[in-house]
Amino acid sequence: MAADASTLKQLVLGRKDVQDLTDTEQELPPDLMTVNMGPSHPAMHGTVRIVLTVDGERVVKSDVQPGYLHRCFEKESEHATYTQIFPYTDRLNYVSPMINNVGWAMVAEKLMGITNDIPKRAEYIRVIVSEMSRITDHLTCVGASAMELGAFTPFLYMIKCREWIWELLEKVSGARLTHSYVRVGGVSKDLPDGFHAELTYTLDEIDKVLAECQDMLNQNKIFRDRMAGVGAMSKEDAIATGCVGPIARACGLDYDVRKDYPYSIYPEVEFDVPVGTTGDCFDRYLVRLEEVRQSMRILRQCLKQIPDGPTMIDDPRCALPQKRATYNTIESMIRHFKHIVDGIKVPAGETYCFLEGGNGELGFFVVADGTGRPYKAYVRSPSFVHLSTAGQLIHNHMIADIVPIFGMINMIGGECDK
Amino acid sequence: MSQKVLDALTATHGAAIERTESTHGDEVAWVKADSLVAVATWLKNDPAMLFDAPVFVTCIDRLDWQPVGLPPSERWTEDKPRFEVAYQLRSTKHRHRIRLKIAVHENDPRVPSLAGLWPGFNWQERETFDMYGIRFDGHPDLRRIYLYEEFVGYPLRKDYPKDKRQPLVRRDDLPINPIKRDQTDRSAK
Amino acid sequence: MGLEITTTRLEDAAKWAKQSKLERASNWGRKWSLFTYPFVTACCGMEFMAVAASKYDIARFGAEFPRFSPRQSDLLMVVGTITEKQGPALKRVFDQMAEPKWVIAFGVCASTGGFYQNYHTMPGADQVIPVDVYIPGCPPRPEQVLDALMMLQDRIQSGRGHSQLRLKREQLIASASREEG
Repeated sequence: MAADASTLKQLVLGRKDVQDLTDTEQELPPDLMTVNMGPSHPAMHGTVRIVLTVDGERVVKSDVQPGYLHRCFEKESEHATYTQIFPYTDRLNYVSPMINNVGWAMVAEKLMGITNDIPKRAEYIRVIVSEMSRITDHLTCVGASAMELGAFTPFLYMIKCREWIWELLEKVSGARLTHSYVRVGGVSKDLPDGFHAELTYTLDEIDKVLAECQDMLNQNKIFRDRMAGVGAMSKEDAIATGCVGPIARACGLDYDVRKDYPYSIYPEVEFDVPVGTTGDCFDRYLVRLEEVRQSMRILRQCLKQIPDGPTMIDDPRCALPQKRATYNTIESMIRHFKHIVDGIKVPAGETYCFLEGGNGELGFFVVADGTGRPYKAYVRSPSFVHLSTAGQLIHNHMIADIVPIFGMINMIGGECDK
Repeated sequence: MSQKVLDALTATHGAAIERTESTHGDEVAWVKADSLVAVATWLKNDPAMLFDAPVFVTCIDRLDWQPVGLPPSERWTEDKPRFEVAYQLRSTKHRHRIRLKIAVHENDPRVPSLAGLWPGFNWQERETFDMYGIRFDGHPDLRRIYLYEEFVGYPLRKDYPKDKRQPLVRRDDLPINPIKRDQTDRSAK
Repeated sequence: MGLEITTTRLEDAAKWAKQSKLERASNWGRKWSLFTYPFVTACCGMEFMAVAASKYDIARFGAEFPRFSPRQSDLLMVVGTITEKQGPALKRVFDQMAEPKWVIAFGVCASTGGFYQNYHTMPGADQVIPVDVYIPGCPPRPEQVLDALMMLQDRIQSGRGHSQLRLKREQLIASASREEG
């Protein structure tokens, strides 16, 4: 009877009963499977597509495909004036937008040759807002990665800290996220009243919250098991693939643009650069948390040392005239008009200017042709370089390990795809 | 700053270097395309050079190069090479930087690939190919990276109009078919 | 057939999309338990995170649980710039969602393309999928997002979302053809 039923099943359905399978037939097929981690995926870090070839749970081959957020920064820059490009730079690394603004201003100033004439107060303000942006970058990265591993509470705490900083940056620039605050030659407005006291209070509160988050995560077995030993990269690989920033520092490479090629007022503040050992995800997490603390140290020093003075260079080639003069004298009105419509005339030449972004060495390679619009504006984005290493980092790891690796690379879509 | 790098380079590979310049604190060396790999290998391995970190590779399209404030001889004309591929390198140990530039003509846009020496240039060369159409000989996997395969043309070239879209999908029930309205074909390419 | 059902304007829809008590009750339930699919691409994602976090709590509206599968969600929030390369993915995700479904275009890039006008940015997500509520802003403040959510809730309650009207239209056409035939 059983034999008849199973032959019937085989004839009708084309498959055998389980008990009639031979030993070799009972095993799972050894073929590799292709899995698509599509451009829309739960990880909060930007839109990228990874086509994985897996053997069970283990990644054998991967093809990382970026470009789903390619918003043509370079082509738009060729048609916009230098000041109009500031909003585009905001949206490159949108978790630390002030740093991109400062970088763009620095490259235009370098081409004009006015780097050393920027007023001290403007330089201090730039460093203050850059370090605040760096704090938001690291908080977002760590918070979102923790959430993806299941730790929802540190995410809420870090977003709460981020809200405090965003409120302060909103008081400074007018916008929470995409500030467009820096201008070529200085910054657009001065710091508001009461900023010192509020920032000091906020930094103390962030200290407390960071201590709480460290308590929750550092000795947490689940967090450590998922992060430690996962996605390790050697120092030589990091250098050869061009990795910079917290990822390279976690591998043991002591490279920070603020220390090695100092710019702005960084020589006048004291801070340390945390360097890891193994280069796995846990080291990257620790490096980022420590960098938040060092950024707060820089901020406290800047608040003490910041001088009074103008916030914009007194150079008619790039500074807009005062409103009173614009409305009352014809020369100022014409100058204002020319600056807005034609743009700041940057002399012809090309240069590569770089600074320490949230993810590492962020550089702008600009070719200027003497008009108010750049001829070419190339962004050397660290996220793009780091994403190129993602393929080799997830090799031979399980699919579930892709989540902490991808999270700790901090691939920001806007910066990666420009 | 890194003038001695340029001096050592011209001393060792004099025939391959067309000229050197130093602008705005950057050192630039113009290299002939066929000796690029030899020069790059020397720059990577020589103990006084040790350029181990790749920074970026990109391309400049000089088609509309009419600079203001420079003599008229600097403007681009048909006989000059249209593209310049620029490689920027950095040394972790000696902390110097250099930019290598290769002049590329439009009718044969090919450059040897340095992705074998520095893996960091792999994706960046793909990006340069995607945006400018420069082919890198010896690149392991030269295909588009930002744009989709169905895209026709190289958008960062100066003769590609900025808003010429090539949509992959649109709604059928939109009152005006935006595909016809979008593709204003302002160029021959 | 005499049924002029082409617009979703409130005045026109009032003529034909009448709701029964059961529909009103189920719409009340739907609006207070939205399962969002956050199709996050760009900077607006940061504001989405802020809306979902503790200060601007979207959990008050019952919408805090993102369901990262289109089969399990009913509100597609298109957050951030949509590029031409992303278009097929967006369309596929939208098609996979079960009715009734709603779409919020979060941010000015998803609404009209923002200040990007180039060869790769799609001028708005509504080139590919029908959108119920547009939220301008670059990025929009979280209060704007909550206001848009409340606007969407009004739409859901009155049955005027695009997919609800489509379902209603199909029902009316089916019942009309049954009467005729």
